Amino acid sequence: MSAQEIFDVRVQTADFDVAHEYQGIIADAGNPGAVVMFSGLVRDVAPGSGTDGQASAAAGQSLTLEHYPGMTEKALRAIVEQARARWPLQAVRVVHRVGKLLPHDQIVLVLTASAHREAAFAAAEFIMDYLKTSAPFWKKQRFGEQSEWVASRQSDYQRAARWENKPADE
Amino acid sequence: MLNLQYFASVREQLGRESEQLDLPADVTTVADLAAWLAERGAPWALLTDAQQVLVAVDQEVVDRERTLTGQEEVAFFPPMTGG
Repeated sequence: MSAQEIFDVRVQTADFDVAHEYQGIIADAGNPGAVVMFSGLVRDVAPGSGTDGQASAAAGQSLTLEHYPGMTEKALRAIVEQARARWPLQAVRVVHRVGKLLPHDQIVLVLTASAHREAAFAAAEFIMDYLKTSAPFWKKQRFGEQSEWVASRQSDYQRAARWENKPADE
Repeated sequence: MLNLQYFASVREQLGRESEQLDLPADVTTVADLAAWLAERGAPWALLTDAQQVLVAVDQEVVDRERTLTGQEEVAFFPPMTGG
């Protein structure tokens, strides 16, 4: 496998299989001492939905992810490159889904592999923080007949900004 | 030709996904472009709001002082909400 594919970003409508991706990054990394995996899921946020996600999916709750084809992949690759410049990473995988998703669906996956856990933990968090604020994805929430664009959150910008003043090996 | 793209809420508010335009000679920056498009009237004025609308030139986010030659791909979109 080429170096390009070892630092892999993908945007897809299809679901992903975390076990498959986990085995894949171990094979890519060759001899990792640590693999960190972050997966993001579509939360069930229907009013009064409690814990019963089936009910809100049936009630027409969904999330549609739009993106900017071309720029999205470029932005994700740039984020992974920044992470590689800061930490000794052996392999990275980023998978982000687009299109229509339902409560509890998987939406995003970040895997980082390194010799030691510090780099793997930090890089996974760094990649997610920057993905939130600098990869061109937009979420539209739908409840039955009503839909609205999800607003960006100041806290996401603050999380990303934390990294700007941090030395690489804190 | 300038290749313009609009995404998410910006696309919906403008009712347009993309268009191609020749830039007038006096439109030399992203800020100029937004102001020129805003002359179309509502809802185009929203493009001049730098807090609510981000701009990418050739698929990289830029500030509004960025200069344009007229051959770029320019995209207008709201702050990102992925992840």
